[in-house]
Amino acid sequence: MKSSPSIIQVGIAEMNIARSPSVIRTSGLGSCVGVIIYDLPQQLAGMVHVMLPDSQLARTKAFNPAKFADTAIPALFQLLIQNGARSKNLKAKLAGGSQMFKTTLKSDLMRIGPRNVEAVENELAKLNIPVVAKDVGGSSGRTIEFDPQTGILTVRTVNKGIREI
Amino acid sequence: MSFFHSLNNFHIDVLREIGNIGAGNAATALSKLLNKKIIMKVPDVRVASFNEMFELAGGADQYVASVFLRMDGKVTGSIFFVLPVDQATLFVRQMTGIDDFSFDRPPYPEIALSAFQEAGNILASSYLNALSDFIRLPITPSVPEAVIDLFGAIISYGLLEISRESDQAIVIDTEIIDTAVNSGSIKGHIFLLPDPGSFRVLFDALGVGSE
Repeated sequence: MKSSPSIIQVGIAEMNIARSPSVIRTSGLGSCVGVIIYDLPQQLAGMVHVMLPDSQLARTKAFNPAKFADTAIPALFQLLIQNGARSKNLKAKLAGGSQMFKTTLKSDLMRIGPRNVEAVENELAKLNIPVVAKDVGGSSGRTIEFDPQTGILTVRTVNKGIREI
Repeated sequence: MSFFHSLNNFHIDVLREIGNIGAGNAATALSKLLNKKIIMKVPDVRVASFNEMFELAGGADQYVASVFLRMDGKVTGSIFFVLPVDQATLFVRQMTGIDDFSFDRPPYPEIALSAFQEAGNILASSYLNALSDFIRLPITPSVPEAVIDLFGAIISYGLLEISRESDQAIVIDTEIIDTAVNSGSIKGHIFLLPDPGSFRVLFDALGVGSE
């Protein structure tokens, strides 16, 4: 019997995978970036909700790899390979990296959105995973949902409504 | 994080008192501005995972009106005033007497947004003034900014600095309530999120050992 479609939720600084007919989603992306790496022929997708660009920002030796772009992308790649994804099939889509607050704030951390996007793209390039679609930047929050069966990423924002990429 | 685990009930009580003093002062300031009674609940101090933080205002997808300030000085951290959008609309209608607008969808009228920002600014700065007096240390607030969007996208700015050392945040959450609305009460939250390094400073300033 085929399992009924379900929505797999990915929280902030978390990652997970989904197989068709399930879909995978993350909510309330601001400066964070939601990254999907997927194997369309196998209808398998992984998603991570990245908060910060570089694990060198961590002040502790042990940390959650899903939090930082430079550790999250390789970890998601590994997770997909372990679950049967073929590396030659892999493609990526990403969304997020907004600047919600415009006011000049002293901390560089408050301008983290664009740096997160750049770090994610660098890591994907190292693994030769092409970014086939993205909806990044701006000043709006996003909620995203990916369907491993179609490869479509649905992006919801308050301002622009729903778009598919 | 070891420091979070070393927090005992006495520390939690001290943090709750910070919320009491801060939010009490904030509610009084807002009462004066609006010339009406604003009440506050007993502050709730929680050690919450980032995903639990999102649930404090109805989830990451909840559409909210917010005012955000960073605090700088010896004590650093973030403070947010958050209201569901429909309540923010009622709140600003009362405050300004302008009825023909809504925060339901953009574009938002400039005057309504500035009124909301000003209310949030008064709440946050009176909170921080009271906190600064209490700990006898200066706190410099950043320029306040009002943003209406998804709660997760907004509150995550308060988690960035914290996330460098921890997967949990300590949040002092105070609900303030404006009861004099015909169509029900307006319930807003003030969230104070000190950065992890600031707890020791707070406890030391108050003569409470943090070990």
